[in-house]
Amino acid sequence: MGKKLLIHNDKVPNIHTLQVYREHGGYASVEKALKSMTPNDVVEEVKKSGLRGRGGAGFPTGMKWSFLAKPEGVERYLVCNADESEPGTFKDRYLMEKIPHALIEGMITSSFALGAKTSYIYIRGEYFYVARILEAAIEEAYAAGLLGKNILGTDFSHDCYVQVGGGAYICGEETALLESLEGKRGNPRIKPPFPAIAGLYGCPTVVNNVETIAAVCPIIMMGGDEYAKIGVGRSTGTKLISASGHINKPGVYEIELGLPVEEFIYSDEYCGGIINGRKLKAVIAGGSSVPVLPAELILKNDKGEPRLMTYESLSEGGFATGTMLGSGGFMVYDETTSIVKNLYTLARFYHHESCGQCSPCREGTGWMEKILHRIVEGHGKPSDIDLLWDIQRKIEGNTICPLGDAAAWPVASAIRHFRAEFEEYINNPSKIKDVKHYYSVNQLAGA
Amino acid sequence: MAKVTIDGHSIEVADGTTILQAARMIGGDIVPPTMCYYSKLKTSGGYCRTCIVKVTKGSEKDPRPMPKPVASCRTTVMDGMEVVNITSPEVLEARRGVVEFLLINHPLDCPICDQAGECHLQDLGYEHGLAKTRYDFPRRTFNTIDIGPYIKMHMTRCIMCFRCVKTADQITDYRVHGMLNRGDASEISTYIQKAIDNDFSGNIIDVCPVGALTDRTFRFKSRVWFTKPMDAHRNCTKCSGKVALWLKGNDVLRVTGRKDKWGEVEEFICNECRFEKKDVKDWTIEGPRHIDRHSVISANHYESLAKLKLDIGKQQKALSTKK
Repeated sequence: MGKKLLIHNDKVPNIHTLQVYREHGGYASVEKALKSMTPNDVVEEVKKSGLRGRGGAGFPTGMKWSFLAKPEGVERYLVCNADESEPGTFKDRYLMEKIPHALIEGMITSSFALGAKTSYIYIRGEYFYVARILEAAIEEAYAAGLLGKNILGTDFSHDCYVQVGGGAYICGEETALLESLEGKRGNPRIKPPFPAIAGLYGCPTVVNNVETIAAVCPIIMMGGDEYAKIGVGRSTGTKLISASGHINKPGVYEIELGLPVEEFIYSDEYCGGIINGRKLKAVIAGGSSVPVLPAELILKNDKGEPRLMTYESLSEGGFATGTMLGSGGFMVYDETTSIVKNLYTLARFYHHESCGQCSPCREGTGWMEKILHRIVEGHGKPSDIDLLWDIQRKIEGNTICPLGDAAAWPVASAIRHFRAEFEEYINNPSKIKDVKHYYSVNQLAGA
Repeated sequence: MAKVTIDGHSIEVADGTTILQAARMIGGDIVPPTMCYYSKLKTSGGYCRTCIVKVTKGSEKDPRPMPKPVASCRTTVMDGMEVVNITSPEVLEARRGVVEFLLINHPLDCPICDQAGECHLQDLGYEHGLAKTRYDFPRRTFNTIDIGPYIKMHMTRCIMCFRCVKTADQITDYRVHGMLNRGDASEISTYIQKAIDNDFSGNIIDVCPVGALTDRTFRFKSRVWFTKPMDAHRNCTKCSGKVALWLKGNDVLRVTGRKDKWGEVEEFICNECRFEKKDVKDWTIEGPRHIDRHSVISANHYESLAKLKLDIGKQQKALSTKK
C-alpha cells in the first residue's frame, strides 16, 4: 500500500466541510507556516522537497517560486490553474470536489510563501458545480478567520477568489489563463516575459496546478526532506493518476512516484487489469497530448528495464521509444482499440481547441484532422501517412505555446508505433465501412 | 551594447534590440521575412512564425543553444548571441512549413486581387513556397464585407497577422474590430458588420500584408505595377500630409502612406488625405518614389527604366560614332 498524502481522507463523510476537515488535521500547515516560519522557510522547504509541477511540464516548483520577481510596492499574485482540460485527466476535479479545503489550505500557505495578498483559482467552465463547492469552502474559511484580514491573528492578510472560465482547452496554458483571467480573449502570450516577471495585470505571478498547491500542505507538515524520501531520484512525492480506458477499475489513484507501470495496470489495488481479460495494446501515460506507447514499450523500456511511474523513467528513450508523465491522465487501450480512430478523435479535439493565433497550429491541426477523417472514412491515400508525418514535424516546436506540440506528438507517436494499422486502413477501404469505434487491425485483417 | 552574430555577420546593437532588428541593420539576404511584425506597432509580431531562426548560442554568459526555433521579431539579443537563419537547412525547412501553412487556406486569387504586386505573401510564396500544393481539401471561405465606405474586407485572404487590430488599438481611439471564433474558423470582424469609422481607419489597409483589406476607392482600377508612385505632400491638420501618390497619367488612383523597404509605412496618414484628395492639384509632388526590394512594382519603376534609357542612349551614341 503506497503512502497517500493528498486524498487519504477522501472517503471520510462530509470532509468537504471545514469542521470535518479540521478534525482530520486540516489547516495545520497554515498554522505552522504563519506562526512559526518565514516565507523564505516555506520556499526552502518546497525546494528541498523536490516537488515538481503536477500540471504536465514537471518544472520544479521551488525553483519556479524563487524566480518570482519581488519589486517594491508591486502586488504579487498566486494563480491556481484548475482549468483541467486535458482529455483523460480528472484528478484535480476529484481533489477539489472531495476535499476543497485541501486546495484552499495550499493556496493560503503558498501565498504566504510568495507574499501574495490575492490569489485566484481559475477553474474551467465545465466544472461549474466544483466552483460552487470551492466557493462554499472559501466562505467557510473566511468565517473561521482563515482567509481575510490578519489570518489566525498574524499580520498576514489574504483574499482568495474563484473565477470560472469559459471552457477552452487553451486557457490551461498559463499565459492564456492569465489573459482570460484579465477578461480578455484567452490567447497565449509570447514569452518572454514570463509570468514570474510580468503576469496577471503586469505583476509578478506564479501559476501552479491544483495538485501542486495541495501538495505544499503535506510538505510543510512533514518537512521537505521527509517528502523527498518518497519517490525515486528527482521524481519525489506522490502523484494523483487519473486512470481510464479499458481497465477494470478506472478512477483517481494516488501513487508514490516510482511504482512500476506493470503493477499500476495489473494490481488489484490500482487499475485491476484489462477489462474482460483482454490483452493490453497501448497506453497514453500522461494525458492525451503525450506520445502513445505500445504495450511492449510501456511496460519495459527499450533496454528491457521495467518502466516506473516517474518523470524520468517514462521519458527514457526520448520520443522514439518513450513518453511523458504529463498530467497523469493514464489512458489504457486494449487489443480491440483502433489507434487510427482514437487518433482522429484526438486530432479533432486539437483542431477544435487551437486558438488561431499562430499559423502552424491554426492551419496544421485542421489539415491533420481532415486527413485523418479521410483515412477513417476509407478514402485515405498511401501518401497520407508521410504527409501527416511531415505536417506534425512542421508544427512541433514552431508555435507560440505548447498546444502545437501537444497536437503533433500523438500523431507522431501513433505513426511511429502503429504505422501498419494506418496502412491497413488505407489499403482496405471496403473493410472499414460501417465499423464501430472499437475495431482493431486483427479484426480488420480478416479474423 | 550587445554583440550578435547572424549567419556569420557580427554587429553591435543596443540592448533590447530584437534579432530581427539586428538582422535588418546588417541587411541583405539574412533578414528573416516577416508577415505580422510591424516596427511601428507595439507588441506586434510573433504570430505568423515566418521569421523563425535558430539560436545556436544563447549568450556569452549562458552559451546553451535555445531548444526550439524562436520568433526573431520578439526575441531580444544577448551579448555574444549566435543566430543562424539562411545558413541552417533546419530553419529554412521550418520556414517552408510555415509558408505552406499560410498558403493552404489562402485562395491564391492573385489575378483578381488588388494587393498583387505589393503582397508580402506573394513574395514569401515565391521565395519559400512549394510549386504545387499538397492540400487537396476545400479551402476555407468567408463572405466579403464592406467595413465602412472606404474599406473592403476579404476575410478569405487573411493570414491573421493582427496588424490591423494593433493599428486600430494604437493609433485610433476606439477599436471596433477584432478576432472572432478560434482556430482555423477565426476571423477578423467587426462583429455586427459595423463600420470602422474614424479618421485613421484607412491605415489598416496599409498594414495588411495581404489583400484582406483593400481600398474601395482603388478596387479594380489598375494593377499596382501600372501606376507610378510619387512622393507628395499637402498641409494637413490631422496628419503629416506626407504620402505616396499612385498615378496613372495625371489621375491619382490611390493614396497610401510612404512605405520603406520593409513594407512598413513611415508615417500613418489620415483618411482625408487617403480617400478624399484624389486630384493632383491637392498635392505638392516631390518626385518619383524610390521603391526598394520586394514587389514587382520596382521592376517597372523609373530607376530601372531610366537606366534602360540611358543604356539605349549610350548604345545609340556608340553606334553613331562607329559609323
